Amino acid sequence: MELQTLTFIVVGITFAIYIGIAFWARASSTSEFYVAGGGIHPIANGMATAADWMSAASFISMAGLIAFYGYGGSVFLMGWTGGYVLLAMLLAPYLRKYGKFTVPEFIGDRYYSKVARIVAVICLIIASVTYVIGQMKGIGVAFSRFLEVSYELGLLIGMGIVFIYAVIGGMKGITYTQIAQYCVLIFAYTIPAIFISLNLTGNPIPQLGLGSMMVGTETYLLDRLDQVVTELGFAEYTTLTRLSPLNTFVYTLSLMIGTAGLPHVIIRFFTVTKVSDARVSAGWALIFITILYTTAPAVAAMARLNLHETIQPSNGENLVYDERPAWFKNWEKTGLLKFEDKNNDGRISYTADKATNEMVKVDKDIMVLANPEIAKLPNWVIALVAAGGLAAALSTAAGLLLAIASSISHDLLKGVFRPEITEKQELLASRIAMAGAIALAGYFGFNPPDFAAGTVALAFGLAASSIFPVLMMGIFSKRINKEGAIAGMVAGLSITLLYVFQHKGIMFVASTSYLGDMQPNWFMGIEPNAFGAIGAAVNFFVAYVVSMMTAEPPEHIQHMVEDIRVPVGAGSAQSH
Amino acid sequence: MAEYDQEKRKAYWRENVRLMVVLLSVWFTISYLCGIVFVEELNTIRLGGYKLGFWFAQQGSMYGFVAITFIYARRMAALDRKYDLHE
Repeated sequence: MELQTLTFIVVGITFAIYIGIAFWARASSTSEFYVAGGGIHPIANGMATAADWMSAASFISMAGLIAFYGYGGSVFLMGWTGGYVLLAMLLAPYLRKYGKFTVPEFIGDRYYSKVARIVAVICLIIASVTYVIGQMKGIGVAFSRFLEVSYELGLLIGMGIVFIYAVIGGMKGITYTQIAQYCVLIFAYTIPAIFISLNLTGNPIPQLGLGSMMVGTETYLLDRLDQVVTELGFAEYTTLTRLSPLNTFVYTLSLMIGTAGLPHVIIRFFTVTKVSDARVSAGWALIFITILYTTAPAVAAMARLNLHETIQPSNGENLVYDERPAWFKNWEKTGLLKFEDKNNDGRISYTADKATNEMVKVDKDIMVLANPEIAKLPNWVIALVAAGGLAAALSTAAGLLLAIASSISHDLLKGVFRPEITEKQELLASRIAMAGAIALAGYFGFNPPDFAAGTVALAFGLAASSIFPVLMMGIFSKRINKEGAIAGMVAGLSITLLYVFQHKGIMFVASTSYLGDMQPNWFMGIEPNAFGAIGAAVNFFVAYVVSMMTAEPPEHIQHMVEDIRVPVGAGSAQSH
Repeated sequence: MAEYDQEKRKAYWRENVRLMVVLLSVWFTISYLCGIVFVEELNTIRLGGYKLGFWFAQQGSMYGFVAITFIYARRMAALDRKYDLHE
């Protein structure tokens, strides 16, 4: 069957499932809308968290980045999994014990201040909106590529589908759809990896295949890859370090703290029944994430090897351009892959030397999508990958939109400005807020001001520098008071924003960067994407110093902190 | 009774923090130390086709993270019962 038809069928079936689930599990109360009624089993919740967490960045971009960064790509692997250890120990069980709907609600209560709550809402919205814009762009690209429509139409279709199931279903609908989406995306990711691992090493488990010998030889796959890339003049795959080891360290730390501070991930732990379930659920989420994350390095290395061996089938013998495979032609059409015959020999020469390299553009983001075609896998596998990429982008967008909507309707409207509204009005406000957030994200999706990687990094940096520190200190210290928390959040957020903007331009408009995106200007050689950890350190420091100089929190707050530290007496999540 | 309860809760919290410190040191060791700081030294050792430092960075650390979270959940469940502070 034609690839196009197959893709339509596979994507169509998965979408029918998601929307069906959304109707079946639609929310009728605020409790069901915000936290799915608090009755989700820890394994199911772990699976939903994993889908919520793994976005287009994990599914489509990450393995491509690792393929070209080699060892340097490890920051994403360790950074985007290690944060769950922090979540499971430092935040999830205590926030579940506290039993409220949103992250700003906890911050407002713990720091006995509406100002703190509003500052937290602002941090949350900035971090989530920047993140969701990246997802919308991913959705637009994926739809337009696979349905062969324009980018704008693809984006509109995507917005419509997110609107239907996020707005109707609320958290309850989202949770069950995300479980289905996890199944789709994990199959779509691992099946091609298994095929390719079998082809190259004879071992069906990609994690083991990556450490095995190539079929019919005595050479390990990674040694072969190192040899191939160094012969072409590229840096050795397994030891290539991007920038400095210090930068690697700080970057990993930023991603970990950012993970633990992203509100759409944190609220997932409000949906389980018990405190002990919150701890277990974090573990299950991590297992489900690790299945994909330990497969990714195998996908990366094998895709890189296949790419080089396709272009240079035997030593010194380059592929004739007119005999290039179909996937090569398809990706050339998108402009993400470009060839230029510099020496006019009609053959493709791919080397690290800019003067002689004829593969003038190989976009890192095409690797995962092109990988099954490069490895000559059957069409249904390729169609499945398309469905998986869409599942990853949609599930994350829905989770983020819910976090944004709940902070507007529940924290700003119900909590601060209009406390007298009824549950029904609050639900309506929440749905309107969500529709508004979709429209706003869509608007930025239509006019992307160089977002993608820059925005995702900023979202992590902001979550790391503003939300995580005050949550952690709110649980582990009785001494941090409202003045300290507010000063800490503002300081952490501002310094991170300033550092990113000064190197990348205000709101990413490159011409407004007042110090230039130049490496010599980086603070201790730390790139802007990695700055969240420094922002978090500033937040901790400022909060501590300011708290020590001002009065300690009132007694009932100190009792509250003592109370959230023990599981006994936890009820289900409530609004008041 | 209330005073006894206070003592119990303090002891529970101390044990929790101690467990956390131990597990977070493991977390730090398998990722930041084995995967970043000492990666070159560990790369001289082989684990099948993997260089050991590279393996920690792209495989081992993540398996470790999973183990850490489940160990924490189990030990804490036991601690909840020991101090009779479970739900």
